[in-house]
Amino acid sequence: MRAALSTLEVARPRDLAHALKLLHASLGTGRLVPLAGGTDLFVMLNAGVLPGRRFLDLGGLRELRGVREQGDHLVLGALTTFSEIREHALVRRRYPALAAAAAEIGAWQIQNRGTLGGNIANASPAGDSLPVLLALEAVVHARSVRGTREVPFAALFRGYRDLALEPDELIAAVSLPDPGAPRPLGGGAARRGARPPRAKQFFRKVGTRRAQSISKVVLAGLLRLGRDGRVDLARVAIGSVAPVTLRAGRAEHALLGARPSAVVAAAARAALLKDIAPIDDIRSDREYRLRVAGNLLEQFLRVAEPRFARR
Amino acid sequence: MIRASTPRTRRHKTTLRPEPAVGVSVPKRDGADKVTGRAIYVDDLKFPGMLHGRTVRSTVARGIIRRIEFDPAFDWSGVVIADYKDIPGENCVAHLTEDQPLLAGREIEHADQAILLLAHADPERAEAALGAVRVDVESLDAVLSIEDSLAARVKVHGEDNVFKEYNIARGDLAAGFAAAAVVVEGVYRCGHQEQLYLENNGMIGERTAAGGIVVRGSMQCPYFVHHALQRMFGLPPEKIRVIQTVTGGGFGGKEDYPSVIAGHAALLAWKSGRPVKLVYDRLEDIASTTKRHPALIRVRTGHSRDGTLVATDVDVVMDGGAYVTLSPRVLSRGALHAGGAYRCPNVRIRARAVATNTPPNGAFRGFGAPQTVYAIESHMDRVAAELGLDPLDLRLRNAVVRGDQTPTGQILRESVSAVEVLDRTAKRVGWTEKRRRFERENAAAERAERAGRFAPGGRRLRRGIGLALGWHGASFTGSGEVRLASVAALELSPEGRPRVMAASAEIGQGAITVFTQMVAERLGVAPDLVLVETPDTDRVPDSGPTVASRTTMVVGGLLEDCARGLRERLELFAERAIEGGADFQRVARRFLDQRGPLRVERGYRKPPWIEWNDDTYQGDAYPCFSYGAIAVEVEVDLDTGEVRVLKATTAQDIGKAIHPLLCTGQIEGGTLQGLGWALLEEVRWKDGRIWNHQLTNYIIPTSMDAPPFDVVLVENPFPGGPFGAKGVGELPMDLPAGAVVAAIAHATGARVDEIPITPERLLRALDGREETR
Amino acid sequence: MSAGLALDFTVNGKRRRVRVPPMKRLLDVLREDCGLTGTKEGCGEGECGACTVLMDGVPVNSCLVPAVQAAGVKIVTVEGLAKGPALSVLQRAFVERGGTQCGSCTPGILVTAHALLQRAKGRVPGDAEVREALAGNLCRCTGYQMIVNAVRAAARETQASARKRAARAAKPGARAKVKSARTKAKPAKTKVKTRTKAPRGRKQAGR
Repeated sequence: MRAALSTLEVARPRDLAHALKLLHASLGTGRLVPLAGGTDLFVMLNAGVLPGRRFLDLGGLRELRGVREQGDHLVLGALTTFSEIREHALVRRRYPALAAAAAEIGAWQIQNRGTLGGNIANASPAGDSLPVLLALEAVVHARSVRGTREVPFAALFRGYRDLALEPDELIAAVSLPDPGAPRPLGGGAARRGARPPRAKQFFRKVGTRRAQSISKVVLAGLLRLGRDGRVDLARVAIGSVAPVTLRAGRAEHALLGARPSAVVAAAARAALLKDIAPIDDIRSDREYRLRVAGNLLEQFLRVAEPRFARR
Repeated sequence: MIRASTPRTRRHKTTLRPEPAVGVSVPKRDGADKVTGRAIYVDDLKFPGMLHGRTVRSTVARGIIRRIEFDPAFDWSGVVIADYKDIPGENCVAHLTEDQPLLAGREIEHADQAILLLAHADPERAEAALGAVRVDVESLDAVLSIEDSLAARVKVHGEDNVFKEYNIARGDLAAGFAAAAVVVEGVYRCGHQEQLYLENNGMIGERTAAGGIVVRGSMQCPYFVHHALQRMFGLPPEKIRVIQTVTGGGFGGKEDYPSVIAGHAALLAWKSGRPVKLVYDRLEDIASTTKRHPALIRVRTGHSRDGTLVATDVDVVMDGGAYVTLSPRVLSRGALHAGGAYRCPNVRIRARAVATNTPPNGAFRGFGAPQTVYAIESHMDRVAAELGLDPLDLRLRNAVVRGDQTPTGQILRESVSAVEVLDRTAKRVGWTEKRRRFERENAAAERAERAGRFAPGGRRLRRGIGLALGWHGASFTGSGEVRLASVAALELSPEGRPRVMAASAEIGQGAITVFTQMVAERLGVAPDLVLVETPDTDRVPDSGPTVASRTTMVVGGLLEDCARGLRERLELFAERAIEGGADFQRVARRFLDQRGPLRVERGYRKPPWIEWNDDTYQGDAYPCFSYGAIAVEVEVDLDTGEVRVLKATTAQDIGKAIHPLLCTGQIEGGTLQGLGWALLEEVRWKDGRIWNHQLTNYIIPTSMDAPPFDVVLVENPFPGGPFGAKGVGELPMDLPAGAVVAAIAHATGARVDEIPITPERLLRALDGREETR
Repeated sequence: MSAGLALDFTVNGKRRRVRVPPMKRLLDVLREDCGLTGTKEGCGEGECGACTVLMDGVPVNSCLVPAVQAAGVKIVTVEGLAKGPALSVLQRAFVERGGTQCGSCTPGILVTAHALLQRAKGRVPGDAEVREALAGNLCRCTGYQMIVNAVRAAARETQASARKRAARAAKPGARAKVKSARTKAKPAKTKVKTRTKAPRGRKQAGR
């Protein structure tokens, strides 16, 4: 441990309102660093990197815990751990991609402490839950002394490790819309009361080994065919291939409205390569990431719909 | 002192005819302490007034130290500072050579080289002090690769950057190649590997009131440290005491490096007069300690049409790092194994260790042999493919048998099991049938994928199986054991129990347990009765380092002899045979009462038939070789290049398994390290410094990366080893890499000549082939 | 700095109070302030699992937990796995089956394995399940197979003892005979499949 831990201060708020007050008040004198599960923070401290000297312990804030239904949304408290996420019956049923991602974050010990809010706030381009949240079009509920602000995931990352949150905002919860809820393209309004079919969900992380690893490429996808046999929902979110986790807009565009075939898959692949900008880094290289990103996209497509593999 | 634990099972009864102690998997002697958290490792120790040490290291790979500045704004009170001028004796880490300084004086020869030592009672202050020292180094051009070193534009060592060269020749190479029907050539590369013992390097140094030094810590070779400290402090041997604490893994990484960290801890203790604990964190341990030597190996072989080897030409270049350290020995072992366990009348092996401006490389399980065996085995698989031969048949045709001669002219007289381990491995894994099955399944998968059908999860998978044969000479090369002149002893404890006195370090491999078994067997008592003294240079004789697969065979052999001698003495005294443990203790106590202490000592005697010439590098390189074969099955994901090891099946001849479970444990653990080296573990560099020195980024296998192991222990007793035992520690490391290369080639058609075969490397190799875009 | 945090928590069943800086690592609190050196530091970055302890029943890397978040929690370390001087079934399995070599990963592995077996509630977890549970505990010596074998052997032994106890408990008395038949029948009915829906299974979307 290369940081002088005994010199660090920790504020222990009574409740969320108190935490927000403390956070707001700290802005002028050195922003309190929010401390959730500590699984990223302590790695930094161990290497002697200090994000600050004063911390705000979120651990006791019950308001940030719990998973609850809200209409057809599922709302997860920011302090929900990845163990809780992967084991939660509703998450497993409705958002299997998120459960899958949770199961691949670190290993059991990390999952027991790592939180959803922490993973988001850490804003690593390799964050495993981020592509899933992006693909599911999750909404972050940011709280401050000014109240709640809902930030759609697509608007959350401004740049490398740069969140579109005010310095005195805390992620309080993340809500997940029903994955089948978006209006189908071109198929007319759904019959009243009838639920549109759920989109197929896909998640794959290519890490440095089979467990306890950081991703080299991580992809989450949603795909749904309309009654006319054309793609009416296509979401591809991918991490570790750009400064931020991103939606592959060009790839999605190549898929929407198309009839599944190998030709379309190839076109989506070619489009994807324009969406991403991977680099050489300590874990992998640009060439590998480009190739594998394309391969994962094709894997996703043929799993979601076998006709993508046929000419 | 290690007290006997009392596990519930397998307690031997002290009957008139005791059960055998050898060949039995008794509970591990040190097991109870380890599973209860009672085992005390160096970082668990505290001493009154203890300071915590830290090391100021170079950030550049090569240069001249111009200035060292201490930030005046920092509170230096209580901080002990030591530099090279504080070294009372010689500023060198004396081992094979004397070129490595303990602390850099003026010249920096590698990144993370130790320059200054700091210590404070508060570890946070010591750590902060590191940041308050500024070392100005004028950078010089550095040599950072084998190629750069060979080019010798920049001279790091002598005129040609070559630390050491060996040449081994036999027969007539030119004639051999001329007669060959086929000549195959290949160039093979392997990189650094970090031992990654779970317990980082650590030492506690003390200065005694009498002006001596006591060092406690994690190590494999107490007497190496003892010798090095004498020179550093200019003290006679009796003023230096080195004690091994419970050591959390070594694998060679704690063979010579401990002398460096011990010297540092002792120097701080010397200067401050207080005990100093110097324990590395993982970042520092990966960045600055010894690694496996990278190697660049060119192999050219000539064969008859049927695959018979007629000529072997190997050129090995190893990267030794900035100082000589152990490179000559690693190189030697690499060279001696470079031809593989094959019969060949015409052989030339040229081996060089070269200097680079990187932290000196050192010992890692296998010690040069994994590198050269990987190369020859990868090569043999290439040959099989080119000749259209089954890799098993090719090997069976050429594997050494009794009576064959090695490239150094050694006639393999005893316990030669190359053919047997190949046969048993092949049978066990169902080699032929599995090969064909994988080929069929791969072809079917290819067809299915073209028709739009994929493996579950939409994956594109291919399976392959690869084979490798290896050998490993047990104990020190040639005259090494003679020079070591190991001594071991057996004493009687005050309660009349036999006590092993040896410097062999228990590092997890089971040395303590195996010693108790061998001694117990000869004394006719239960292993529980036998005590094993902690390796403390004040107490135990120098039985040599815990390396080179020699602990059971050489040191165990000495102890077996001691036990024979002890029993003789006691039976002479009792004027009758001793029957069992209770009787032994009674007689022993009576002896102690009447005659006083009893100690039986034995020293290494070279078997008369071993003849070795250090100058010509000819003769009997090792008393014997252990042999092993392995079949590795893999599954390759064509979309990602990820390789999953499905299974490892191996038959290994270790002469005699003193403790079958521990032997198997060595084989399984060593195999996984070999698999990690072949697939996952890569040291990445940036400007001469290790870039991935965080454990997050130096990738070793987890439980999910590890395959199931199927181990067959083959016992072809070696008459020169105690109970027939040969070495087992390192052989397992020599085998997996070649088999992995072959398995991947079998699965995908892509032959990769550099390890680790990371997914990036594999996808590049697959580039252009039909299976991927 | 301040006098520090008064940390009240329970370690291995014993209530403890220590005064420590709030950001001091739980690992160091245990090793230094509680004198429990069984838990080891292997990397300091939550990668190797040598520092694993149970925190309110679940394994965590104690090198990543600040003291301030350990208030009121129940910690179990390797020292708390056995009741009294005898080894637990799990510990003994490790000693007898090659599950421990150098011992530095052993405390963390035992704690994680202990949690796995608690969670399995008498069921014998399969090979893949054990490997996944242990994926956050690196071992460099054993190759993992003997560790997995030891964990499963301990589970089998515990299951067998539990069944024996259940059978014995049902014996005395005529009325109890009927009960015992029912009790005996139960295990058959609730025979556990090795492929379970236990939360730690590897269910992945798209796979």
